[in-house]
Amino acid sequence: MSTTATAVGVSSKRGIWGGGNEPLKASYGKLMMWFFLLSDIFTFAAFLTAYAAIRVSYPGYAGPEDVFVGSNEYWPVPEMVFDAIPFFHGAHIPLAFVGLMTFILIMSSVTMVLAVEAGHRNDRPDVVKWLLWTLLGGITFLSCQAWEWSHFIHGTDGGSMITYVNKLGQVVSETVYGANLAVNEYGPAAFAQLFFFITGFHGFHVTIGVFLLFLAFYQAAVGVYERRGHYEMVEKIGLYWHFVDLVWVFVFTFFYLI
Amino acid sequence: MAAEENKSTLEVIPRNEEKIKKIWKTAGILLVLTSIEFVFAFTLPRGLLLYAIFIGLTIWKAKYIMMEFMHLGEEAKPLFYSIIVPLIFLVWLVIALMREGSDIFMIRW
Repeated sequence: MSTTATAVGVSSKRGIWGGGNEPLKASYGKLMMWFFLLSDIFTFAAFLTAYAAIRVSYPGYAGPEDVFVGSNEYWPVPEMVFDAIPFFHGAHIPLAFVGLMTFILIMSSVTMVLAVEAGHRNDRPDVVKWLLWTLLGGITFLSCQAWEWSHFIHGTDGGSMITYVNKLGQVVSETVYGANLAVNEYGPAAFAQLFFFITGFHGFHVTIGVFLLFLAFYQAAVGVYERRGHYEMVEKIGLYWHFVDLVWVFVFTFFYLI
Repeated sequence: MAAEENKSTLEVIPRNEEKIKKIWKTAGILLVLTSIEFVFAFTLPRGLLLYAIFIGLTIWKAKYIMMEFMHLGEEAKPLFYSIIVPLIFLVWLVIALMREGSDIFMIRW
């Protein structure tokens, strides 16, 4: 499964210095996908570490959680910010929706690995079936994230009293609803900025993943991979999709738990 | 004609139930670890201990995703290490930026 191409005309007698060796025993495409993912790990790690650095530069909310009010003086408690789910307006159900999103993404990762496994067996109906499930999971996750963003931007019914410097440079105290890049009702401006920046960048990755999954689903269904003789494309897209899940595991911990 | 074209030319290998079972087992482990994080988020007091548990569980989950789902463990050793070893630099990044952040905190508050 790892070796699909060997150098043509290389005699095994040429030895280790004769060229044509494959020390990594992986095809070009898979190797490049791994190194791209390594660079992407660094990008996301830089974002999340920046989040942690900015997070510790603010005091955390120290009071009891049931009387929490948003303020830009301290970093908010995630349970009190992310507590909404669709169709239950105003209800306080902490972390349930983001838990559902995590579940959806992990399950789509599982169906992806099943598609890759089916690809190793050249089992086209199975590949198509599992890729379709993965695609559905990806689209569902993106829809959930769209709702989450929409709710975050529009805010709660009550809003919060925030004192901040407005665009004209004046210090104002007013009730703020929802969030934008300048001010938000949950915490310091950096809180919403980082939320938009990091979950947005992850969502962008998921979007690209959904396009790639659709491509793989379509090509597998019409038999492109069968004619090609292998399902390596499913494997490469699978690596990318698992990476997206991997990043979400970290985003979940840093944004919604800590 | 179309049916002829779509006919399978590759040899289909039957399902290896053991392998598939292992995938679902890994999925179960990931879901259990996430549930544990959930329970801890509501039961344990916020603090360094809780954060350490969260980060530990997260890295544990990351290990499962990389080794079982991405099959990194089955790759050749040089490839495995060329992916894992560069991550050491992240240790430096985290230490440096956390220090920076707490220094800003000291100056500001």
